[in-house]
Amino acid sequence: MRDFSYLRATSVDAARQAAALPGAMLLAGGTTLIDLAKCGVAEPDTLVDITHLKGLDRIEIDERGAIIGALARMGHVADHDDIKSRFPAISEALWQAASAQIRNMATIGGNLMQRTRCPYFRDPSNFSACNKRVSGSGCSAIGGVTRGHAVLGTSDACIAMYPGDLATVLVAFDATVRLGDRHIRVDDFFLLPGTTPDREHAIEPGEMITAIEIPSSAAAHRSTYLKVRDRQSYEFAAASAAVGLELESDGRTIRDLRVALGGVATKPWRARAVEAALKGKVLEPEAVRAASLLAVEGAVDHGANHYKIELAPRVVARAILKMGETA
Amino acid sequence: MMLELGLNQQPAHTRQGSSIGQPLTRRDGFLKVTGTARYAADNHPPGMLYAVLAVSSIARGRVVSLDIEAAKAHSGVVEVMTPLNRPALAVDPDAKDHPFMFRLDLLQNDGVRYPNQSIAVVIAETLEAATEGAALLSPRYETLPARVGLDGGKSFVPRGVGVGNPAVQEKGDVEAGLESARTRIEAAYETPAQYHNAMEPHAIVAAWDGDQLSIDTPSQGLAMAQGRIAGLFGIAPRNVHIRSPFLGGGFGSKGMISGPQVLGILAARLVGRPVKLVLRREQMYGPVGHRAPARQTLRMGMDGEGRLTALSHHARTTSSTFDDFFEPAADASHTLYASPAIATSHDAVRLDTGTPLFMRAPGEATGSIALESAIDEAAHACGMDPLEFRLRNYAEVEPMTGKPFSSKALRECYEQAAEAFGWASRPLQPRRMRDADGFLTGWGMGTATFPALMFQAEARAVLRADGSGLMETGAQDMGQGAWTAFAQIAADGLGLDIDQVDFRAGSSDLPNAGIAGGSGHTATAGMAIHNAGAAVIARLADLATGNEASPLFGAGNEGVLARGGRLYRRDDESRGESYSEILARAGLAEIEGHGKGAPDPASQETYAKHAHGAVFAEVKVDPDLGQIRVTRLVGAFAAGRVINPRLVRSQYYGGMIWGVSFALHEEAVTDRRSGRIQNANLAEYHVPVNADVPSVEALLVHEDDPHVNALGIKGVGEIGITGTAGAVANAVWHATGVRPRRFPIRIEDLLG
Ligand SMILES: Cc1cc2nc3c(=O)[nH]c(=O)nc-3n(C[C@H](O)[C@H](O)[C@H](O)COP(=O)(O)OP(=O)(O)OC[C@H]3O[C@@H](n4cnc5c(N)ncnc54)[C@H](O)[C@@H]3O)c2cc1C
Ligand code: SF4
Repeated sequence: MRDFSYLRATSVDAARQAAALPGAMLLAGGTTLIDLAKCGVAEPDTLVDITHLKGLDRIEIDERGAIIGALARMGHVADHDDIKSRFPAISEALWQAASAQIRNMATIGGNLMQRTRCPYFRDPSNFSACNKRVSGSGCSAIGGVTRGHAVLGTSDACIAMYPGDLATVLVAFDATVRLGDRHIRVDDFFLLPGTTPDREHAIEPGEMITAIEIPSSAAAHRSTYLKVRDRQSYEFAAASAAVGLELESDGRTIRDLRVALGGVATKPWRARAVEAALKGKVLEPEAVRAASLLAVEGAVDHGANHYKIELAPRVVARAILKMGETA
Repeated sequence: MMLELGLNQQPAHTRQGSSIGQPLTRRDGFLKVTGTARYAADNHPPGMLYAVLAVSSIARGRVVSLDIEAAKAHSGVVEVMTPLNRPALAVDPDAKDHPFMFRLDLLQNDGVRYPNQSIAVVIAETLEAATEGAALLSPRYETLPARVGLDGGKSFVPRGVGVGNPAVQEKGDVEAGLESARTRIEAAYETPAQYHNAMEPHAIVAAWDGDQLSIDTPSQGLAMAQGRIAGLFGIAPRNVHIRSPFLGGGFGSKGMISGPQVLGILAARLVGRPVKLVLRREQMYGPVGHRAPARQTLRMGMDGEGRLTALSHHARTTSSTFDDFFEPAADASHTLYASPAIATSHDAVRLDTGTPLFMRAPGEATGSIALESAIDEAAHACGMDPLEFRLRNYAEVEPMTGKPFSSKALRECYEQAAEAFGWASRPLQPRRMRDADGFLTGWGMGTATFPALMFQAEARAVLRADGSGLMETGAQDMGQGAWTAFAQIAADGLGLDIDQVDFRAGSSDLPNAGIAGGSGHTATAGMAIHNAGAAVIARLADLATGNEASPLFGAGNEGVLARGGRLYRRDDESRGESYSEILARAGLAEIEGHGKGAPDPASQETYAKHAHGAVFAEVKVDPDLGQIRVTRLVGAFAAGRVINPRLVRSQYYGGMIWGVSFALHEEAVTDRRSGRIQNANLAEYHVPVNADVPSVEALLVHEDDPHVNALGIKGVGEIGITGTAGAVANAVWHATGVRPRRFPIRIEDLLG
């Protein structure tokens, strides 16, 4: 086997230092990393196990918002009472992600960092061309099996879909990723593939996610995550929408609306055009459906994933209307 | 082998003297839930090495180089087996003595004929070293374009389909029947390639001792595996000792010994040490069989009353470029619906895939989803309820052959399942039902059928002086419950309580139990057990009735009953004695008897033998989002004698869930450029998860079949998948008005 060293980090600083070395990778729940190592995508020289770091699994909630430690387990966050009541979309997104076994192992930090499910990306021994793995090597997916690939945010270099559910909610509610002292908006943390699909996150060597922070808002309080897929569970989204809604006191006019899409884009995808089109308007089905079409403006398909362009606006509209029905 | 633990939860007095028919829980259940059941890959003989396959990236071409030095230089690697140093075999793995000897890839040359074909085996001290060694081989290839898809080659009519059925069959004049019809439909359906994906991968632990070979490997047919291996290595079958007490599922893929399993044996021979070889999940997509894709076209004509005037069913399927297995999909139309004219035909193309094989109702499942969909379309075209239409076309004799059925309680199945489901209130037109949440609700049905097959099996029975019994047959339990059902048959056959019977199975050293396949294992091996029991009881009766000192003296064989460890006079049950007393008087420690199970050729000629069932499905479809969920399944099945209702029900549940899987989930997705399957893992090759499994009800319909065999057993393993897949498709149509034309049905098919 390929030997690698295993380090158990005793402090965040130690973890960061160790992870700064070339070939080092952080190990949290391991549900992504071990898989990727098995299929030859990740070939770490050093694994820096951060799961023993104290205090990083805390979930703190007050009126300003929630701070979720990077090591909090997906399952734990999904079941947290205050998360459920104040940020229902977060709980719903996590609860519909992966499987119970994976949620028990996997951490929030690792969840944000999960890699694409593009089958060509995950199969280096049979497909050498993948710009995400090896910059400039080409893209095997284009012209191949593309049903699960992105229709938004793609480039000629890469059309891989970002598969995470949680980050879709986070981007809708202006959450921030804490890399120790450096804080960065989730929307800026995830990068578009452009010509450098190998660079997915605005994270530098030696940086580590310590927490995510989600500001409180009326929209986050009245939020939902709608995930559509062929199988009832244990499947990534064909299309999903995170939606938060705040109405004026008349109970019909939209004061604040947050919309983000999952399962269709190369990164968690905020649909600001939909939000802008509906803010200040009366919430009514026709207007919502029309505005939701803006969610896929500029979408480009690669054959088998064309249906996502049809589906995504319907998912958005459904989620908004569903939120409208809850008083 | 014997189960180390025989737990019987039901005390004897609740079984009323008979084991058959009792809902005993699985005797191996405790071992399995405690993790102590030993599967093939759990074995570690001393000195064992690990073998890992290197498999081809390409679909077609030649391996031009392997970096054997790099692999061998890796620490822990002991040997690399390639075509250059692979030990000699007694026969060419490409030779074919009979249609069911499948060609194997055993490193006979540098050719590549499908993706994931074995091209080398790395043998090392650890699994990790072998895995890395295999990666270091860095093969280079000469690549030819891959032939993929149902139009990927020139089509031809195969010489035979399935187990040697003619590819083209016709009765009556189909064209005339269509011509004369009042109503006609023509419909086409496509089904994808599917892979068995048993939970347990193919695994082997092989150890040579001179020319004695001992093997732990999952097998659905021990004697066949033994024969094939013996043939390949040029040794006597009795020198091959295979243990296979448990299979983590087989679904047909463990029916024949596969190439990778034989490579494990070759590796052990090469290094002179025991070797373990376990396939990785993605390596199961190629060398261990699959269900071929199909494109089926059905044409039906109906008269003014909705009676079929003609039925034509054509199936295009695929096989590999180097061997023959053709899914007999169109043959599904031979047995279910009466029609004066029936034509079935197949053609096929050859692709750069592994050879397809038997998989969960091979032919019946694929054919059934198309036939049942088309019947639904025909009923609709006639303006008839689908159940009424099926009853109108009920086959009183087997439609293709005109033979009477040995038994057929399909009418009762329809009746009971429809009643339990509430079918009567179904609106005729589609898109008429919505639930409280606004989901489109649809109800569909399908007829289930599967032939009642028997193969050849033997069993050996022993009665011992202490009053206990032993029953031996090399039967295979792949999760269906053979350990339990056969012990029940053995107990009744020996006239003993089940706790008094040692039942041994799962080893090739035992009498040949035939194959656990074709849903014929319980009937075949069950009859062998039954007959072995009868034989040993007859010997015992001889001892008693021929001895003046016995209270049974003079009763004659016919006049004796065996029950609860005693023989009784049939005409006077107050006169009897125990087995121990009889053996003690005769001064015998034990006596034995042998029995066989095989189809009865006479009744084979006279009768059509099939199990039947009716399945009703409810689905809900999100009208905007196209999301489909099965919410309810009710099936009723008549399959002859039920040995154990708990196990039988669980087989039906499993089959029905596979039906849902066929309709909505399973599909191997091929990259058309490389010919590689892109979802060769259980995250992306979908089968239903628990949340997809709705409320499932399986009703057991009584059926007494005096012709199939003395026990009246048909088979229950595969029938559940037939009928169900079509019922789900028809329910989707009824919910949405959209007729599914390709499977699995996906969101995009219903976005409208
Ligand atoms: C079969 C399957 C199905 C799944 N389905 C879904 C789904 O439906 N929806 C969904 O959202 N997810 C899904 N997932 C993904 C799953 O949620 C992630 O695997 C999991 O969240 C990763 O967390 P982890 O702690 O195990 O990360 P690890 O595997 O330990 O790490 C993942 C990556 O993150 C890095 N990392 C870990 N922690 C940090 C940190 N604190 N700072 C910086 N980098 C870090 C690691 O170096 C590694 O590169 C699925 C996964 C599998 C295997
Ligand atoms: S889509 Fe992106 S990840 Fe997939 S093969 Fe192309 S470059 Fe690689």
